[in-house]
Amino acid sequence: MRTFSYERAASPDAAAAAAGQATNAKFIAGGTNLLDLMKLEIETPAHLIDVNGLALDRIDATADGGLRIGALVRNTDLAADGRVRRDYAVLSRALLAGASGQLRNKATTAGNLLQRTRCPYFYDTNLPCNKRKPGSGCAAIGGFSRQHAVIGASEACIATHPSDMAVAMRALDAVIETVRPDGATRTIPIAELHRLPGDHPEVETTLAPGELITAVVLPKPVGGAQAYRKVRDRASYAFALVSVAAIVQPDGSGRVALGGVAHKPWRVEAAEAELPRGAKAVTARLLADARPTRDNAFKLPLAERTLSAVLREARA
Amino acid sequence: MRFEHPATFNPIDQLKVVGRPTSRIEGPLKTTGTAPYAYERHDVVTEQAYGYVVGSAIGKGRINAIDLAAAKAAPGVLAIVTAGNAGKLDKAERNPAPLLGGPEIAHYHQAVAVVVAETFEQARAAAQLVRVDYAPGDGRFDLAASRDKAFTPDPKIGGPADTAVGDFAATFAAAPVQLDATYTTPDQGHAMIEPHASIAAWEGDGLTVWTSNQMIAWGATDLAKTLGIPKENVRLISPYIGGGFGGKLFLRADVLLAALGARAAARPVKVALQRPLMFNNTTHRPATIQRIRIGADRDGKISAIGHESWSGNVKDGEPEVTVNQTRLLYAGANRMTAMRLSELDLAEGNAMRAPGEASGMMALEIAIDELAEKFGMDPIELRIKNDTQVDPEHPERPFSKRQLVECLREGATRFGWSRRNPQTGKVRDGRFLVGFGVAAAFRNNLLTKSAARVRLDRDGRVTVETDMTDIGTGSYTIIGQTAAEMMGVPLDKVVVRLGDSDFPVSCGSGGQWGGNNSTAGVYAACVKLREAIAQKLGFNSAEAVFADDVVRSGNRSVALAQAAGNDGITAEDAIEYGDLAKTYQQSTFGAHFVEVGVDADTAEVRVRRMLAVCAAGRILNPTAARSQVIGAMTMGVGAALMEDLVVDKRHGFFVNHDLAGYEVPVHADIPHQDMFFLDETDPMSSPMKAKGVAELGICGVAAAVANAVYNATGVRVRDYPITLDKLLDRMPDAA
Ligand SMILES: Cc1cc2nc3c(=O)[nH]c(=O)nc-3n(C[C@H](O)[C@H](O)[C@H](O)COP(=O)(O)OP(=O)(O)OC[C@H]3O[C@@H](n4cnc5c(N)ncnc54)[C@H](O)[C@@H]3O)c2cc1C
Ligand code: SF4
Repeated sequence: MRTFSYERAASPDAAAAAAGQATNAKFIAGGTNLLDLMKLEIETPAHLIDVNGLALDRIDATADGGLRIGALVRNTDLAADGRVRRDYAVLSRALLAGASGQLRNKATTAGNLLQRTRCPYFYDTNLPCNKRKPGSGCAAIGGFSRQHAVIGASEACIATHPSDMAVAMRALDAVIETVRPDGATRTIPIAELHRLPGDHPEVETTLAPGELITAVVLPKPVGGAQAYRKVRDRASYAFALVSVAAIVQPDGSGRVALGGVAHKPWRVEAAEAELPRGAKAVTARLLADARPTRDNAFKLPLAERTLSAVLREARA
Repeated sequence: MRFEHPATFNPIDQLKVVGRPTSRIEGPLKTTGTAPYAYERHDVVTEQAYGYVVGSAIGKGRINAIDLAAAKAAPGVLAIVTAGNAGKLDKAERNPAPLLGGPEIAHYHQAVAVVVAETFEQARAAAQLVRVDYAPGDGRFDLAASRDKAFTPDPKIGGPADTAVGDFAATFAAAPVQLDATYTTPDQGHAMIEPHASIAAWEGDGLTVWTSNQMIAWGATDLAKTLGIPKENVRLISPYIGGGFGGKLFLRADVLLAALGARAAARPVKVALQRPLMFNNTTHRPATIQRIRIGADRDGKISAIGHESWSGNVKDGEPEVTVNQTRLLYAGANRMTAMRLSELDLAEGNAMRAPGEASGMMALEIAIDELAEKFGMDPIELRIKNDTQVDPEHPERPFSKRQLVECLREGATRFGWSRRNPQTGKVRDGRFLVGFGVAAAFRNNLLTKSAARVRLDRDGRVTVETDMTDIGTGSYTIIGQTAAEMMGVPLDKVVVRLGDSDFPVSCGSGGQWGGNNSTAGVYAACVKLREAIAQKLGFNSAEAVFADDVVRSGNRSVALAQAAGNDGITAEDAIEYGDLAKTYQQSTFGAHFVEVGVDADTAEVRVRRMLAVCAAGRILNPTAARSQVIGAMTMGVGAALMEDLVVDKRHGFFVNHDLAGYEVPVHADIPHQDMFFLDETDPMSSPMKAKGVAELGICGVAAAVANAVYNATGVRVRDYPITLDKLLDRMPDAA
């Protein structure tokens, strides 16, 4: 870990302003991802801005019947919230499928969205990795890539985004609220928050430098049967090989987002039109341009089969 | 004491303390977090500095140069030790690869430097500033690809590379029913919670190391040898060990680097191997390729059985002895086994819980299941039909005790085996396909010398000292129970002190030999102490009865406290073994039963129920032994379903080298576990009539899981671990 300076921000605006001033600053929330990466010197911020005191830990109803989730609401609290459980069950289930009780107690909503990949080569500083060290190459390509992306990857990086929560939020059309160092605020649809790796896998989101997430807004409830199914090698405490967030309406329409397959939660709205024709038709469209590796080709049939199971249960 | 004749009635047979379910005597220390583990020995020396290990960034090659300038200038840095400045180091035979690498690099994450600083954080930060210029070389990292270059090893332990009885080839070729299948097991890591950790302090020429090591005498001997100092100058102290599973049998880099760091910094130094180094720096259970051929008559009798095995290791490393159980488990007149070894440039492969048999049984017990299916015979019946009460290679050599058939029958009843549908893929419970699997359990019982010292004090307390270790197994407790039984005192009057190289040399903890041999050593010392007490009192030692804190002979009785006198009485002895292990084959047996559910859509395998029935001599403490067996069963589930150190064959290392990447079972993976011991004493094993049990518990588990998966799905997976991608394309249609 490199030496760094530390401050506690007094307000969201002040936090963003501070991030704009300092060079190489990072926000720290639960720290469950950032601190691990700092210990390994994969992240080397010179300045940490602690956002835990910002009073962004409330879940409030919005005027149009949705929920505004403060950036610092802990994963445990979000999953347990009665309104979330009732109206956004897919989110509650996704959260509970992630990490462990201890981690969820610390992990925050914004931190979860911005957690970094679990690619093992990203974690081993002896190996080439374009995401960790731009231009050094990608050790995962041609290496052990069982967990890696099957779609939307690039020649530079085939990593996945590991979050469960974000997959559910993608299905719910969540909107991210931010404030920038100059005090300007904006909203970003979650579909536009995470980037595909392209030539710059080190740039993972569309957030500007120093831009602070203040909240995630869920539009008013859409109803339907909501499911989150996470497939993994052990029964708990493992990242998804594939996960499916689905909302299925009584008329057979619905929404589907996949986790564990791409550099971002994977949803193709056009594919959802195929829902009445079943999982095969949906995944054929959803994963049409998939380019798996030898190690992870199984994710394609797995995604289809998992979606099929989810649809069957949703309709039962 | 030499143990040369079958044990007859002795004080242990009273079973007033031994054999009773007894909670660990050190349990409260562990549950309250006050058991002092090596890294937390803040009390033992002051001024402890911190060492941080730099591991090699390449799998094979050379170091051209190391630039320490930036690291040395970093805040708090006291010393940096590399092979270049460490002085001359020797290498112990038990360490085929040097613990401090350079200029030659033997494997990835081989230690190349230790940075010593005032604080852990300073040491870690400075370690990142060590600049190593490597010249990567061509390494050999692929076991399968190296198979045709494999050679015939000369194993130091575990028997010869080749064995043959009768005419295997001809009998197999002519057998009406044949099985010929190849199985693979991956590299596996010990993944214990406590990493390798040591504090080293020099006082003049004397070196004391507080460490975490299963085999104190090996560690002390090999440290002295590596440093080139007299063994008398080295003291190793390791009273508590947070798991080892074989990973702490040997001197490892933490000990050496702490010692070298302490010498360089002229301060006590502590070193814990960082978690990401755990898998590539230390030892692991090596991958195997195993070909099994079995020929049988139409009635299910095996006429030919052959087991060939390939494994890889560093130069001078040993093969994984996967074939031993095949030499002993089933009858059959024509037999062969063969082990071949490839030199690989991965980290050293060595013992992990039940080395040899754990991997061997993973293959053999699937093969038996496959054979049974060829006959349409129940796999339990096939095993019973091919039972043998003698060593099949030497029919004049009986087993000392062998209750495999009883374990299988008892287990079948308890598990409800008769409810198994022999047709695969037929049982459905909601979204799960359900299957039952069975496998035999087998692990040899090993006899090895073990010494102890016992003292009776004037307050009537008995103190046992031996360098035996407790790696979470319950050694403290069974040793205490043994001394209490022998001396006629309650358990709370016994003080047990372990894990110190100043104490008499024990068998140590490994190979499931610790329980039987270490308590037999304590038995020997107690016999001597009883004689000394009787002699002092003028009693006839053969008639003296030790019970209720009193020693009696005829109508005389003296309280033990009084007998001890002011100075107390001390006795020391060792158990040593004669030829009983040669005249009798000593092994432990069991049967594993597993029910799995395989998700029909995703092919995720989840264990629903497990049972083990074990016959392993006298069970000295059913509570501790049960913990060992269910822990081993858990580890077997890991081996079956998820544990896999994945080799990057280009860079030459285990990629998933942390506990996020290397998955072991979590609570949610382990459902109801049952285990049951058959009543057994084995008079050939030792005066304790006990045998090992802690490794028996893992042998066969993975195969039972694999067989259950087959029963559930009809998909036979011969390459471990059984992950869903190996099943998916043969699962029933979704939709
Ligand atoms: C062992 C383990 C297992 C795990 N398993 C899972 C799993 O199965 N599923 C899963 O989804 N996750 C899993 N996680 C990841 C976990 O969910 C994340 O670590 C956690 O959500 C991160 O939240 P945090 O508040 O601790 O973030 P931090 O570590 O504090 O921050 C993460 C990143 O977000 C940035 N950040 C934080 N807050 C803001 C803000 N308000 N505005 C802008 N930037 C911000 C930080 O600068 C940093 O870059 C696991 C983690 C561990 C350690
Ligand atoms: S996949 Fe991405 S994160 Fe992994 S090594 Fe390649 S560039 Fe790095």
